[in-house]
Amino acid sequence: MSVHLDPPRSVVEPLARHRALHPRPPSVNDFGMSIATVNGTGSANANSLLVRAIFRMGVPVMGKNLLPSNIQGMATWFEIRVSPTTQLGRTGAHDLVVAMNLQTFDDDVAGAAADGVVVFDSSAGPLPNRGRDDCTFLGIPLAALVTEAFDDPRQRVLLRNVAGVGVLAALLAVDPTVAIELLAERFEHRPQVLQANERAFELGYDEALVRVDCPLPFHVEPLDVTKDMVLMDGNMATALGCLYAGATVAAWYPITPSTSVMDDFTSLCARYRRVPEQEATPRATAPGAAGAGAVTTSARAAVDPTSLDCPPGFRNNYLVIQAEDELAAIGMVIGANWNGARAFTATSGPGISLMTELLGLAYYAEIPAVVFDVQRAGPSTGMPTRTQQADLIAAAYASHGDTKHLLLFPADPAECFELALAAFDSAERFQTPVLVLSDFDIGMNEWAVPRLEWDESYRPHRGRVLTLAEVEMLARFDRYAGWDADYVAARTIPGVHPRAAYFTRGSGHDSLGGYTEAPDRYEEVVDRLARKLAAAACALPAPVLERRVGAMGGVITIGSTDAVTREALARLSAEGIVLDYLRVRAFPFHDAVREFMAAHDRCIVVEQNRDGQLRALLSIETETPIERLGSVRLYGGLPATVDEIAEGVLGALES
Amino acid sequence: MPSIAKPVIASLILERNAIGLTIRDYEGPMSTLCAGCGHDSTTAALVQALWRASVWPHRVVKLSGIGCSSKTPTYFLRGAHGFNSVHGRMVPIATGANAANRDLLYLGISGDGDALSIGLGHLSHGIRRNVHMVHLIENNGVYGLTKGQFSPSADVGSRSHRGEHNTLAPIDPIRLGLSLGATFLARGFSGDKAHLVPILEAAIAHRGFALVDVISPCVQFNNHVGSTKSYAEVRAHQLQVTDVVPPQETAALSASDQVVDVAVPGGGIIRFRSLPSHYDPTDRRSVAAYLEDHAQRGEVPTGLLYLDESVPDVHERAGSTAVPLNELPYSVLCPGADALRALQDARY
Repeated sequence: MSVHLDPPRSVVEPLARHRALHPRPPSVNDFGMSIATVNGTGSANANSLLVRAIFRMGVPVMGKNLLPSNIQGMATWFEIRVSPTTQLGRTGAHDLVVAMNLQTFDDDVAGAAADGVVVFDSSAGPLPNRGRDDCTFLGIPLAALVTEAFDDPRQRVLLRNVAGVGVLAALLAVDPTVAIELLAERFEHRPQVLQANERAFELGYDEALVRVDCPLPFHVEPLDVTKDMVLMDGNMATALGCLYAGATVAAWYPITPSTSVMDDFTSLCARYRRVPEQEATPRATAPGAAGAGAVTTSARAAVDPTSLDCPPGFRNNYLVIQAEDELAAIGMVIGANWNGARAFTATSGPGISLMTELLGLAYYAEIPAVVFDVQRAGPSTGMPTRTQQADLIAAAYASHGDTKHLLLFPADPAECFELALAAFDSAERFQTPVLVLSDFDIGMNEWAVPRLEWDESYRPHRGRVLTLAEVEMLARFDRYAGWDADYVAARTIPGVHPRAAYFTRGSGHDSLGGYTEAPDRYEEVVDRLARKLAAAACALPAPVLERRVGAMGGVITIGSTDAVTREALARLSAEGIVLDYLRVRAFPFHDAVREFMAAHDRCIVVEQNRDGQLRALLSIETETPIERLGSVRLYGGLPATVDEIAEGVLGALES
Repeated sequence: MPSIAKPVIASLILERNAIGLTIRDYEGPMSTLCAGCGHDSTTAALVQALWRASVWPHRVVKLSGIGCSSKTPTYFLRGAHGFNSVHGRMVPIATGANAANRDLLYLGISGDGDALSIGLGHLSHGIRRNVHMVHLIENNGVYGLTKGQFSPSADVGSRSHRGEHNTLAPIDPIRLGLSLGATFLARGFSGDKAHLVPILEAAIAHRGFALVDVISPCVQFNNHVGSTKSYAEVRAHQLQVTDVVPPQETAALSASDQVVDVAVPGGGIIRFRSLPSHYDPTDRRSVAAYLEDHAQRGEVPTGLLYLDESVPDVHERAGSTAVPLNELPYSVLCPGADALRALQDARY
């Protein structure tokens, strides 16, 4: 927290403060729960079944996977928040705790809300209540049920979690036909697996009905709120954004939690970017390829056209390269963009560290590039499966020398889709790298967000690229001459015309693109680059702003901190603690961000890193004295909770 | 890179190649490298090879990293796009450029520090992927721009201009390439242009990653007595094992010339003559044994050392469409609103 020399002065009534920090008890369609299991036991799939069933009943729901960086055998938690509105931020204490992991039993029980419910596996007999006399303990002998019903040891492990979901369905009045329907869809092509899963689900469901007075007082009742929504994780939405943006080249090095961006992009391309060879656009020159010959119709019928390997008789309108490291990945992206393709990479913090030198090259030589940084907890290896917003400064100024980059900050998967498109358009318009910073929470968890809509009138903004006809009209071409209102000069693509040729260099160059060490010529170019980045600020997605009557200050936040902060502010507002709200969506900052800070004597920056990186950037870039900005920082690696933010904001207001 | 402008002098007496261009059309500004630098001879050989191969200048992309050798793309083919990138990262940039447009000739020029030290990982993976490009290593065993430190290709016992002796085993790009599954390996000597030009022509014709190790002495820091990469030492130990025969010289062949033709998929041939008559550059095992044997003796085998035209390149392996990806219209890339709706219906 920042140091304040003034004595504390409270602007908040003690009673309002007390009520704001104590949420109402759970009710129908409004509760939070935590499921504690062991990873590698199929629990994530089982738990997502429950989330999907609730979503399909029309009730907004959010699942958050709080997993270890491990493949099998360590403690893992899955939290579910159900809400009649779309306020789905993580809550602190859990109304329902499912304590399936004996290793963490004591802590899990301690995490139950006052008067909460604890479900546990009673196969080995009753378990101690650890002093939680206020809670209701419900023992269901899940392991025993599953062991009796199934012979295969691995199946017993996996299906215990499915039976657990059956128990929860009964306790929470989740429609069993919806759950069975979802199982049928998932295991459409594996009837035996489907049968076993159905049976496990029913075992748990029936047992709960026998042992417990179902449903619990807080449970699910069908609503009609989710029909225009979709459950999607941010990495899938990002991959879709790249597909729709027309990206044809992708290069990457696997790193948690960004890997599924490329896995999803590859699968999507295999489905939507693959054409039968005969329908592929023929090219003028001989292919120089030992490609597959003509394939008969009968041979084609036997292949799966959407398999990850391109089957004979088909051609890919894309190329994904798994690089040897992140240096190569960004190098390939820069090479492909320089050569006129839309290309991107996806990575996380350690990858950003490795990419910095080449990002500086792309900045200085003015080459478009798109990088998705799915942030995880740093520093160093940090906590790969935990979330943070701690790459802000590293990304903003990635590389040595006076370097600065365009950044975009999606708040949820719907914005991952929207901002992926904006990233390609901005990178090509401004001929510079654009880094899109999501995080583990957005990237790897399925959020209930408005359905993605596609505007058929969208056309990529390819920026200033000279066509053959335009080159032919030129007497000569100089790469960095003739810049426009955006301070961007036209570029050319190799292979078009000899007169379009120029030399790209990361060494000192003048406005014609020639090598220079002359101070004034060098300065002319770097000064224009500074103006170009400044011009981009107001062309990038504008901040989201909410002004309220009688606001006593303003709150500024970023990315995945958005939803949970809004919920915290709504809770504070109900107690009369009213605050304006701004969420930045891009860097360099839009003028509206500076105006917001100027208009509020009291501004509090809420973010998920230790050092207050957003606050520091706001101060540096807008020359706002840093002491004018209060700070709430949450950085333990789990997504921030509504309670933590409400408390943090109140604390900042009081100091 | 700094350069000195060179006037283009039109001449009617200059010979024209198959596409009507003269050697002048393949030149660039004057070099600012040291007088007598092996790299300038290599540049001159490249100019000749590109002219003889009748390549359209604007259909070539010149790429490099950082170092003396990496300055040379400025000095030839002024009608081609050039990209002087970052130390050691030329291959990834070239791989990305090739991904975007498979139809151009990618000509990467690197040095022994750039390719074998800081960029060794990328070189290795470029070879493994068989990226369709020419990769020259202008190899002088020394860091020139930083004034004479040993590079990873310096031989054991070689003495630096300051008097130190190298004790680390050298990285031989040819034997390294062979172990990584390279498809085209050749070595030339910048002091032997007559043999180097046809090697470069063959590299241009190859469909895949063509690695050409050009021993290219550094006159300033590694041409003294005690250096194993001086002009005199390389001349004394050069061992020409194959002779590449340019296709246009077919008429000059006599019946007694034992030439071998290897067809390049997509068109063209690579033709060579083995000098030790048993040397077979298409037989991986015998090549490995031969190179190992002669390296032990301190000899420098030159010529086309290994060739395999059966391995697919990046695009063929992946099944890329024949049209360069950077030319695909947006209409074929965007799945449209209905697909997005259907995809979300399936997730509901």
